[in-house]
Amino acid sequence: MSRILTYREALREGLDEELARDPNVVLMGEEVAQYNGAYKVTEGLWKKWGDKRVVDTPISEAGFIGMGIGASMLGVRPVMELMFWSFHSVAFDQLVSNAACVRYMSGGLCNCPIVVRGPANGGTGVGATHSHIPEGLFAAFPGLKVCAPATPADAKGLIKAAIRDNDPVYFMENTLLYGTTGEVPDPADGDFVIPLGVAEIKLEGSDVSLIAHGRSVIQSLAAAEILKTDHGISAEVLDLRSIRPLDQDAILKTVMKTNRVVLVDESKPFGGVSAMIAMLIQEHAFDYLDAPIKRVCSIDAPAIYSPHIEHEQLPNPRRIVEKVLTLR
Amino acid sequence: MTSASLSTLDFANSPINQLLTAERKIELYTQMVRIRRFESAAAKFYSAGKMSGFLHLYIGQESVAVGTISLGGADDHFITAYRDHGHALAVGMGMNECMAEMFGKQTGCSKGKGGSMHFFAPDKNFWGGHGIVAGQTPLGLGLAYGLKYLGREGCCLCYLGDGAVNQGAFHESLNIASLFGIPVVYVIENNGYSMGTSQLRSSAYSGCLAQRAEAYAIEWDVVDGSDIYEVRAKAHIAMERARKEHKPTVLEIDTYRYYGHSVADANHKKYRTPEEIEDYKTNHDPIMVFERKLVAEGVLTDDSAKKINDLAKAEATASAKFADESPAPTIADISTDVYWETDNHTPASKIGRHFFND
Repeated sequence: MSRILTYREALREGLDEELARDPNVVLMGEEVAQYNGAYKVTEGLWKKWGDKRVVDTPISEAGFIGMGIGASMLGVRPVMELMFWSFHSVAFDQLVSNAACVRYMSGGLCNCPIVVRGPANGGTGVGATHSHIPEGLFAAFPGLKVCAPATPADAKGLIKAAIRDNDPVYFMENTLLYGTTGEVPDPADGDFVIPLGVAEIKLEGSDVSLIAHGRSVIQSLAAAEILKTDHGISAEVLDLRSIRPLDQDAILKTVMKTNRVVLVDESKPFGGVSAMIAMLIQEHAFDYLDAPIKRVCSIDAPAIYSPHIEHEQLPNPRRIVEKVLTLR
Repeated sequence: MTSASLSTLDFANSPINQLLTAERKIELYTQMVRIRRFESAAAKFYSAGKMSGFLHLYIGQESVAVGTISLGGADDHFITAYRDHGHALAVGMGMNECMAEMFGKQTGCSKGKGGSMHFFAPDKNFWGGHGIVAGQTPLGLGLAYGLKYLGREGCCLCYLGDGAVNQGAFHESLNIASLFGIPVVYVIENNGYSMGTSQLRSSAYSGCLAQRAEAYAIEWDVVDGSDIYEVRAKAHIAMERARKEHKPTVLEIDTYRYYGHSVADANHKKYRTPEEIEDYKTNHDPIMVFERKLVAEGVLTDDSAKKINDLAKAEATASAKFADESPAPTIADISTDVYWETDNHTPASKIGRHFFND
């Protein structure tokens, strides 16, 4: 039996189940405990699990993320919340020089089973400093894994896989998705885990493939509806779910099926996730393409504040539809 | 209270040092000598072009690593910055694996993947070897947090240079250490220079660098690094405070490096006077000071000291031969030790693409 949960509730349920499964799992971050989470993802968990398992940290990202990395080398499994992934920059040395490289530099003697999670999105009127979308940035560091779920079920299944993974996993959520709802399997029906590296077709189609992750999946589904009703175009929507490891087979399969592709990616155009995927498609499915690969990314500027125009900087159904129509 | 006012105390008689047997004292002396001989050999082969990158020598600072690490129990852990060879040998890593690492060979402690700045031996509670100034300070905090979380009685000694004390990561670590009651001891190895910039030109402080700990309600002390007895006596107090009370300490150990920031630091004779270096070698060298004490105590003779030196020299020379004759990593080796899951061929590692080569 499935239930309808919000993305936030699904994440919380995943965290709660992992806290119960493994006594070495510890949640830490700013306001995650007594305040119940800045975005209420961890609501109730401190009350249930207490000070040892759910830890409020000072506003000190380099300090507490580095602390989690050090503790993970001893076998603790910290799940650390960045209130916004935008705050990665003040902990960047810890995130990339320590977490990503410690295994390599030690010739495999150390490992770093951490999860760093939090929202990574634009569209909430908080301006450029709070609207960075760094999944492509971190996926560019070998040693790191990155995922970005779009639905409540995926959020729960992937956070559980991320916590069980023995490598550092950077988990990108979305404040605009926290309140969205969807079916999530009942825990009574078994342990629900979605492996990293498995994409999912969210909508079957035959004319064009929309390849997306995170909230861009939701925007792509809305665009697919318009394409179908207004233009008679059947779009297939592939949700990557995981950026690294990446489900290359699923990408090539949908491209070979529809022969046209629009990549929908909330990050900026230069060197982002979609740039990598475009490279893989041209390398492995060049002969299957009936049109150039197109992209809908965020417009190439720092995130604008104005609520009147912010949604136009991000991928949205109108921009996706217009881009698909250029392929004809 | 400064180290000068304490120098009249004889730390040889402190309880922790009274426990030292003659054999153990000779062991400590031998370890310091081995580090120095190892470093001298490394410098020689670096100059001969056998190594790449940087070589940050520890010569002059041996009492710090040997004195503090000699106090380590089963669950005491160590982490340091890039000047890491002394700590590596002091925790019991072999000269062969260390020299081979610098030669970039498969037999190196990190299989030739880390280099001089990145030695590791988790089986000996040694967690690196870290290249970014102060980047290791939150990790040391985390190791100590981990001990406390896992309910193990121990502490983490996290070493940093005087050049690291102005990095934000260190201050964030001090705040959390005090706030959370973390069993970490920060050991500032103060050799007076952050690369080529003297302490006075790089740090603002009252009294001494360690005194900054007061702002975080952390205990601190200053140690004369030329006396390994003093290093042990004061580190012991700090480590007990960590183990038993879960309280951090900042220790500032005054020491000196004979050579430049790295061997590539050609200017080191310009920012320091020959007299300054000579004074240290003659009056404060930790090995010489300890040797004199041990001779006076009747534990060591000139002959036995010479023998220890000769053996260490031969061991260092042999390690260079071992390193030279060892195989280099292969191109295939570049792609291992990136992910635990792929190295261990787990089911998770078979799902999705992890590497993006052609």
